Amino acid sequence: MATAAPALAAPARLATIALAGNPNTGKSTLFNRLTGSRQTVSNYPGITVHKTSGTLIFPGGRTATVLDLPGAYSLAPASPDERVVFDVLAGRISGTEPPDVVVAVVDATNLRRNLFLVSQIADLGRPLVIALNIVDEAEKRGIRLDAELLSRRFGVPVIPIVAKTGAGIGALQQAVEAVMSSPAQFAPVVWSDPVRSALSILRESLSPALASRLGPQLLPRLLFDGTTVTAAGNLDGNGAVSGPIERARQALRDSGTNPVTVEAGTRYRHIDALLDGIETRPDPAFASQGYSIDRLLTHRLFGMMIFAGMMLAVFSSIYWIAQPLMDAVDAAFAMLAEAASSGLTAWPMFRSLVVDGLVPGVGGVAVFLPQILILFFFIGILEDSGYMARAAFLMDKVFAWCGLNGKSFVPMLSSFACAVPALMGTRTIEDPRARLSTILVSPLMSCSARLPVYVLMIGAFIQPQFGVFWAGVALFAMHALGLFTAVPIAFLISRFLLRIRPLPFLLEMPPYRMPRLCDVGLRMFRSGREFVLRAGTIILAFSVLIWAATYFPRPEGVRGDLAQRVAVERGIPIGEADALLDSELAPVLRSSYLEQSYIGRAGHLIQPVFAPAGFDWKITMAVLASFPAREVVVSTLGIVYSVEEGDDDEVAQRLGDRLAAAEWPDGRRVYGPAVAIAIMVFFAYCLQCVSTIAVIARESGWRWALFAFGYMTALAWLGAVAAYQIGSLGFPGGAA
Amino acid sequence: MSGVTTLDRLRLRDTGRIVSLDGREDLLQRLMALGFLPGARLEVVQVAPFGDPITIALDGWRISLRLGDAASIAVEPANGRTSSRTEVP
Ligand SMILES: Nc1nc2c(ncn2[C@@H]2O[C@H](COP(=O)(O)OP(=O)(O)O)[C@@H](O)[C@H]2O)c(=O)[nH]1
Repeated sequence: MATAAPALAAPARLATIALAGNPNTGKSTLFNRLTGSRQTVSNYPGITVHKTSGTLIFPGGRTATVLDLPGAYSLAPASPDERVVFDVLAGRISGTEPPDVVVAVVDATNLRRNLFLVSQIADLGRPLVIALNIVDEAEKRGIRLDAELLSRRFGVPVIPIVAKTGAGIGALQQAVEAVMSSPAQFAPVVWSDPVRSALSILRESLSPALASRLGPQLLPRLLFDGTTVTAAGNLDGNGAVSGPIERARQALRDSGTNPVTVEAGTRYRHIDALLDGIETRPDPAFASQGYSIDRLLTHRLFGMMIFAGMMLAVFSSIYWIAQPLMDAVDAAFAMLAEAASSGLTAWPMFRSLVVDGLVPGVGGVAVFLPQILILFFFIGILEDSGYMARAAFLMDKVFAWCGLNGKSFVPMLSSFACAVPALMGTRTIEDPRARLSTILVSPLMSCSARLPVYVLMIGAFIQPQFGVFWAGVALFAMHALGLFTAVPIAFLISRFLLRIRPLPFLLEMPPYRMPRLCDVGLRMFRSGREFVLRAGTIILAFSVLIWAATYFPRPEGVRGDLAQRVAVERGIPIGEADALLDSELAPVLRSSYLEQSYIGRAGHLIQPVFAPAGFDWKITMAVLASFPAREVVVSTLGIVYSVEEGDDDEVAQRLGDRLAAAEWPDGRRVYGPAVAIAIMVFFAYCLQCVSTIAVIARESGWRWALFAFGYMTALAWLGAVAAYQIGSLGFPGGAA
Repeated sequence: MSGVTTLDRLRLRDTGRIVSLDGREDLLQRLMALGFLPGARLEVVQVAPFGDPITIALDGWRISLRLGDAASIAVEPANGRTSSRTEVP
């Protein structure tokens, strides 16, 4: 892989090369070969479609930007992904020039279907090169294609390549450079007379300004896709466009032509004419090559068993393999905090910022990396091998009725380990409605960060009173709660909330292929890097904000008052009491500062809201302070209850004892089984996790991130109140 | 028209030829872009464990679709038989 840095004196504008093609044609593989690791992921302006771009260095040293467009079967912009392909190629993305060259990646084993999109792209008028990929498999299947002859018939260079091995990439680069200076055009479709006259009706009924802005290339798209193009909302003044479209379509209908079907019919006739005598169709005996294990893998019994086994492997890897790595990350950051803590004693505020804000913030980002990398390793293998499509096929029926689809399964399952990688994994879902529903309900799955809360509460209040069996039942119930809530919520969301038309579930079953580790690795690298750069910054910012809320205003008097009280209580001189605050009574001092902080005051202020759930101000404050990450609630409670520091198990044990002894001002116990269950239910439902919120915002926009936070918080509050109220009836001796 | 049924009513391993398509505009557009054109030959190669969706072999490649969408595709079974989905293999 080239490591040469791009020339410093870059030309004013880099040429842009767009890779376009059907899904599963090896576009990303080709992208990896062309750009190596010089890749970035960002978003297209204003929408949440991911923009994967990279830098290509030609053998001559010239550089260009390569854009890996989402896979699409057609330019009819029904999904956000397809709209991006259309908008980029038509130069309709504001601030971005249309690409200088389009490289159409086609699958040589499936040329006819692949050429449909190519012929649509060709009509948009960009210079074109065809990368005839997967010729190795075509050869094995007995498909012979004469690239020279194809080039002559199509009118554009056709370069046979094997993206997987890199064969032919050099020739492809040469062809791309050549086409930059002398553009070539794909053999244009010849429309029938009715279509042509409908097109001129359309042109004439548009206002001249609009017609010239759209240009002649876009008119066929308007005529054929009509509603979808205008519904895409990126055409100004819908009324100005939809009227003329309807007029032109009516003219077509009057001449006996169906405007919905005429395009496909005409293009496929054109393609069949171009391919006439060129493609020797595969011997039927070879046609099912690459599919033979499907009988087993989609078998109703064995297929399901293999599927369950694989998913178990994926899940347990995320859950268990990631754990030691995450512990190592945690330990490293704890050491860092320790070092900073002893190095910065002279500047207490700065020390606290570093030790309690920055280091845990950065650590809180880094700790997700093992899970993200592991999940994307598996997604890479599942996708590139072709198994992901089978998994979706097997599971689709289970998810279809509530507006999700078979591809929702892997993200939902991964959410039981952690929602952050899972949400990034929803990118495999093409249907925008199913994808958004999956994003909105996945965080309900009980992730591993909720476990410390359950363990604390069950260990302190369920197990001692009811025994190990009921402790187990409680733990299981907490995990089932999210799952059983997610299904109806998904149904409601996709039925009543999302005004997105679902895409028909049309899922290509690619032949089974051996995944390449290098491509899987690049996928992991891309997602890890993107998470750190995009979500990481948000997470860090929130960690610092919450730190500030727990640190400030830090009134002068707190320490003096506390020393005074201690001196009186113990009958010792005030100087001695003050010294105790740095040693034995340090936890009490920390607790007093916390109570006086903004977040402590907010806890007092908001407590009435949580009173119906049996929460006192301390629990309320811990809930607020755990906004960055749920598991923080345990350490916050530790500070509030002045638990001496120690290793995690000791702290949890001591904290449990403290909680059990906590009292309301009137002497009633704060905690009992009812409150413990209310707290667990609250944390099972709430979205107290900045990382998840940041990733939802990345994947679907801030509006939906706020919506998810809002509905889950409402659900958490309702659940906690219900649990407490019902629980208080059931455990009369407990809390009430 | 005797001998014409819809794709969702074919059984595993049944083959047929597409006669016509009828249904939601965007579904038709997608199907036709994929090569579901009148005259094309297809075969039902898989039925999911819960009976839905099904996988179709068409023009040398495979695609799965839900029965609800398959109902938009009128096919003439190759063996001239109209079958109803009574048995799922
Ligand atoms: N046999 C063969 N497989 C390839 C070739 N190029 C890509 N693949 C495989 O095809 C699958 C899909 O490739 P990918 O790049 O993810 O396709 P995309 O969906 O178009 O981006 C992967 O398993 C690749 O390893 C090739 O030239 N020959």
